[in-house]
Amino acid sequence: MLLTMQDISKAFSGVSALRSASLSIAEGEVMALVGQNGAGKSTLIKILTGVYQRDTGLIKFQDEDVVFATPSASQAKGIATIYQEINLAPQRSVAENIYLSREPRKFFGLLDRRAMREGAAAVLKTFNLDIDVDMPVAHFNAATRQMIAIARAVTQKAKLVIMDEPTSSLDEREVGILFDTIRTLKKNGVSVLFIGHRLDELYEICDRVTIMRDGQTVAQSAMQDMPKMELVRHMLGKELAAFEAIARDAGNDDSRPIRLSAEAVGSGVRVRDVSLTVREGEISGLAGLLGSGRTETARIVFGVDKLDKGKIRVDGKERSYSEPADAIADGIGLVSEDRKIDGIVPDMSIRENMTLALLPKLKKAGIVDRARQQEIVTRYIKALGVKCASPDQPIKELSGGNQQKVLLARWLCTDPRILIIDEPTRGIDIGAKAEILKLLRSLADEGLSVLMISSELEELLAAADRVTVLSDGRSVAVLKRNELSETALLSAMAHQVN
Amino acid sequence: MTTIETSSPPAVRSSRVNAAKLLSRYGTFAAFIALLIFNLIVTPNFVSWQTLNVNLTQVATIVIVAVGMTLVIATGGIDLSVGSLMAIAGAAAPMIFMGQLLPIENMGILIILSFILPILLVMAFGWFNGFLVTRFSIQPIVATLVLFIAGRGLAQVATNGNLQVFKNPDFQFIAMGRIAGIPAQVVVMIIVAILAHCLIRYTVIGRQIIAVGGNEKAARLTGIPVRRVKTFVYVISGALAGLAGLIVVARNSASDANLVGLGMELDAIAAVAVGGSLLTGGRANILGTVLGAFVIQLVRYTLLANGVPDAAALIVKAGLIIVAVFIQQRADKA
Repeated sequence: MLLTMQDISKAFSGVSALRSASLSIAEGEVMALVGQNGAGKSTLIKILTGVYQRDTGLIKFQDEDVVFATPSASQAKGIATIYQEINLAPQRSVAENIYLSREPRKFFGLLDRRAMREGAAAVLKTFNLDIDVDMPVAHFNAATRQMIAIARAVTQKAKLVIMDEPTSSLDEREVGILFDTIRTLKKNGVSVLFIGHRLDELYEICDRVTIMRDGQTVAQSAMQDMPKMELVRHMLGKELAAFEAIARDAGNDDSRPIRLSAEAVGSGVRVRDVSLTVREGEISGLAGLLGSGRTETARIVFGVDKLDKGKIRVDGKERSYSEPADAIADGIGLVSEDRKIDGIVPDMSIRENMTLALLPKLKKAGIVDRARQQEIVTRYIKALGVKCASPDQPIKELSGGNQQKVLLARWLCTDPRILIIDEPTRGIDIGAKAEILKLLRSLADEGLSVLMISSELEELLAAADRVTVLSDGRSVAVLKRNELSETALLSAMAHQVN
Repeated sequence: MTTIETSSPPAVRSSRVNAAKLLSRYGTFAAFIALLIFNLIVTPNFVSWQTLNVNLTQVATIVIVAVGMTLVIATGGIDLSVGSLMAIAGAAAPMIFMGQLLPIENMGILIILSFILPILLVMAFGWFNGFLVTRFSIQPIVATLVLFIAGRGLAQVATNGNLQVFKNPDFQFIAMGRIAGIPAQVVVMIIVAILAHCLIRYTVIGRQIIAVGGNEKAARLTGIPVRRVKTFVYVISGALAGLAGLIVVARNSASDANLVGLGMELDAIAAVAVGGSLLTGGRANILGTVLGAFVIQLVRYTLLANGVPDAAALIVKAGLIIVAVFIQQRADKA
């Protein structure tokens, strides 16, 4: 074995991120590492590369016990990491990037540019890449940049190359080029740790797979011995029955008018061909593995990202929003996935965060109607059970669940007809989860149409009236209430036709 | 001994945290009071109407420009062009009321136009700043650098680099006149500060300014017209810079495109920083900015009145900014 990590545990201020996780990679092997958000993949990688220090456990690299105190220590031993946002200097040339911080020197410490150029060209040639090494890196496409990063790893005599979602921004042809590169690495005895979500790609390029969930390694096996269904099941777990089913009985579902529909919608490489419908008064689920294009689909519908192809209809009328403001004017709201990044305005109070979307309607001659604002805020704090000291408390001081309630209220107070909610219960304790799902249900019963994006099976099974399953940017299945089951969802996510 | 040592660090830390928070909230005010006390003791003839007058009239233009700067900074931007825009407005006004630009005989109308047109003109330049920032996503510091450089050039070209000397009591009322015994420019300063304070606090656009600076992505997702909000603050900043430019030339009875508003952008930014608004955006403390401008003015006055040259005052000003930013960061980490 090139690398063995055993019983690795790590906690951050008392919250455990890894609980005796393990990982082992043989020489010249391509190992897949999969798991949902928060499964502990990146913590494990960061411990391996010396970004974090483990609390307990053993790491053996090349039959040697190692502790990497810093990322450069792990690099010196031959572990190279290629991140999603490739860490190259975009304005410097290819050759300079390949030799960054290890530039060949001549007398007086001057750069030996010729050696750099020739060395770089030679390395790239082993990957069948014939490019002008004097061009700045920014000149090349994502796949080529990735290969330059890999070439850099090779010149560093890397024994193990870690690739973090290397295909996420590549098109199909570029993925092919990347896989050829990985095969070349393999041939030279270099191991690859491949973190990815697209199952077909994993099965194409990886020898073995390690699956993580909740900070633990839950399975490790040869790729061909692991059926797709099994893999997805391991990833998502099956801690069901946590919620009572709160979906309405189906039956006349399809008789309700369609509020929102997407027809063969596409944008960039993340969303290729997605169709979905949301009817009046229903919770329509949107499921899929990480990277399947769920969030991106929501962003297109809401006018955050541009629609490249396909049609979006709202109440039967074709719509293509160029700004969220246009979607909001049509009665759509979006509770986004990442509260910190695009949800809360941290320093503003609960009151202001809650009424941000409503502000234009709260004005009298441009001035905020304080009394009405206060009345609305008080009403929603009470209705949703937001626990806070006062409406004037900065929202950043609230717990995740309470922040989520404020963000939900932000849209509810605009009286929307369609609410898109991305991971409604992410980072929220179990009690608050059930509360929020119940709330969504009662809103739907009052006529609100909800598009609920979720990576949690139990959530979809408990609350959704229909689920559209995405895989690799395409909608691959629509399951109605009576067809919904764990098995059906899993197999659709794994993109297997029963 | 050991027990005391192990238990003391958290206590020390928490009191330090509180101190930082207190300092960031009341630090500017404390500095202002400290400066007053120092002057009362050290500076001869400090308690006089003349001292008050001098300081208030000198600080008025800084405050007016810094208020606009506060709004820009609240969105996470910065406006380097304010000094040059002052020069443009300051060059345009005399050309209008001296009848060089418009074939109008009526002096009353000319005077009114010489207030309105220059300000509209620099508002257009402010809109241009906003246009560069929002349409082309140019960093504000670079976008406004364009007019920082070109703006003063424009003013110089328009006046052929000549000093325009004039005597026009009606126009100069804004700097020389008194309203209820208070210098007119001080009244203008107070009105501007109050209006801006109310804008930020009570109006929809004011809250949107703060939201854009606090989290631009979230702001866009709640339907806030981010581009319009940003453009708005640059237009307001331009208008206030123009107003300050008019006051400066009126006070001097002369307009020199080379000198009007020179270095004003730095004074304004310093006032905002010392006043406790975050330079990264998301907060706008107008009263803090006013106090910040007063502190900077008082430091300069204190040093000058005690025989320290203006050049040395610049160094003290820089020191003040460092202290202010340091306190801000400390309080934020807490």
